[in-house]
Amino acid sequence: MSHFLAIFIDGVIYSSWLFIIAVGLTLIYGVMKILNVAHGSLYALGAYAATALGGYWLATGHAPMGSYAMLVLAAIVVGLIAGPVIERGLLRFVYGKEEVVLVLVTYAVFLILEDLTKLAFGVDPLSIPEPYALLGSFEVGDLVYPTYSVVLVGLSLLVALVLALVLNKTRQGKILQAVIHDREMSAAMGINVSRVYLVTFTVGVMLAALGGALTAPTISVQPGIAAEVIVLAFAVVVIGGLGSLGGAALGAVIVGMVRAWAVHKLPEVELFSVYAVMALVLIVRPKGLFAAPEARKI
Amino acid sequence: MNNKLPSSGTLREQLSDRTVPLLLAALVILLAAGPFIPRWAMFLLNVSLSWGTVVLGMMLLMRTGLVSFGQGLYYCLGAYAAGALHHFYGVSDIALMLLASVLIAGAVAVVLGLLLAKYRDIFFAMLSLAFSMILFGLLVKTSALGSTDGFGLSVKTLAGVALSERWERYALFATTVVIAACAGLGMHKYLNSHLGRLAGAIRDNELRVEYMGASVRRVIHLNYVISAALAGIGGGLVGITIGHVDPEMAFWTTSGEFVFIAILSGTGNVLAPFLGATIFEGVRSFAYEYSPNTWQLVLGVTMLLVIMFLPGGLWSVFSRKKAA
Repeated sequence: MSHFLAIFIDGVIYSSWLFIIAVGLTLIYGVMKILNVAHGSLYALGAYAATALGGYWLATGHAPMGSYAMLVLAAIVVGLIAGPVIERGLLRFVYGKEEVVLVLVTYAVFLILEDLTKLAFGVDPLSIPEPYALLGSFEVGDLVYPTYSVVLVGLSLLVALVLALVLNKTRQGKILQAVIHDREMSAAMGINVSRVYLVTFTVGVMLAALGGALTAPTISVQPGIAAEVIVLAFAVVVIGGLGSLGGAALGAVIVGMVRAWAVHKLPEVELFSVYAVMALVLIVRPKGLFAAPEARKI
Repeated sequence: MNNKLPSSGTLREQLSDRTVPLLLAALVILLAAGPFIPRWAMFLLNVSLSWGTVVLGMMLLMRTGLVSFGQGLYYCLGAYAAGALHHFYGVSDIALMLLASVLIAGAVAVVLGLLLAKYRDIFFAMLSLAFSMILFGLLVKTSALGSTDGFGLSVKTLAGVALSERWERYALFATTVVIAACAGLGMHKYLNSHLGRLAGAIRDNELRVEYMGASVRRVIHLNYVISAALAGIGGGLVGITIGHVDPEMAFWTTSGEFVFIAILSGTGNVLAPFLGATIFEGVRSFAYEYSPNTWQLVLGVTMLLVIMFLPGGLWSVFSRKKAA
């Protein structure tokens, strides 16, 4: 019984993490039809910024509890700077091109950001363990979990809720849904599509950076985390269906649970289980679980 | 008076007339200069030509309208096939190793191609990436195959002929050059054949190809297997040249580098991938030495410039004909 519980709780924690890192990617794809390979680099930027900002906050003697706010602030700052710069400075010029060309453009951005991050923050691993260690741990039966994971799960649910509310209940959200559904028609109806793109991309970048910022206290922040995260985010997003937020949630849950099961029962397949699930889902449902049916164009 | 305007057919003939002689000339020159090339240059050329072979396969796929982010799968399979022969069976023959590379990569591609031939665009890229990451995950967790360390390999004979110390490197170099040239020639002939031209047709309009009576799935499957075999042999050659294989070969960033070279060189001509691979390897080696933290930056910026201003790749600078 405790084994099953352990798998379940691990799965929940991992799924929450996956959801946060994947939701920005699917949002950007849904609205702009761009599969942002640089998503991982923005995650890394968020992690680095959080480490820098949080480290500075703690080093100058402020209350350790404030470091959580610093994490979120770092994510917002990264989003507000990197989002508009990339979108206005580069993506704006390549919108008309085919999807695959856009993937290559974002791949180039990934390469550029990898090195810019190295130049800005150095190549040594950085860490900011305080926010993680501060909350201690709690017990469920005879299993011990860090309380930080509760923060992660809680924030993930909050993000999901806020996004769902904004998309469905606010005017801006419905405008976004209109643009997702049919860009040309929205433009014809008078919606400022390029501003929607800018805002969406910025929010997507913020979410990626948030994922990185929240993960920073639990890992050693170093060059290379971007490449690992991208494929995981891809797997989650593709499983759920590109562009679908509910799909991202479902994909996160599936991948999270499968991986937790693999880690506990069959550790040899842990790494490959995620991609195996992705391949399986793509085989059965070629466009992902929640993809909208597309009319075939001749 | 000559009233005949040069039709594009004549222009194309002229251009392709130059490809074969150029390939053969390069082959002869490299083989002749072999013994005099310094060791570092020979190593660089080996790796460049092997990578060029892999990218040749990617070029074929791109001409068919598919961008594969998973060529690393076959590249790694080819390398590990060669390595496993050495590691588990004590084989040190170049020819046997390369044969294994091609066969294993090709066999896997025949099976996976049945599935992948149904996908297009981003989903083809994603699924191919997934498969290469599956191999990566498998290799990393398999300690019998060396886990993240991989294992080494060495060669002593070429098709049964024992190689003396002096001629060992030249033999490997010559093998690489000959294989690259054959791949280039074969691909050139293939692309100009009836079956090869279907690739471009499929990229333009699949439905029309089906209406004309050709099977899109079969052509894509065939092209996929060919490109996988090329990637496999490239991987085998690199494994033998470097003397080591490791799971990084299957990581998606390796496939990304192949994609980069393919974009850089363009799909205009079979010589382009080799040129692009040589430039890439050269720049990378020198950039690593002088400025290890900015070479990816340079790569990224170059890629952006090529995509925006030279969509046909570097080769379009040499050829006035629009890239196929």
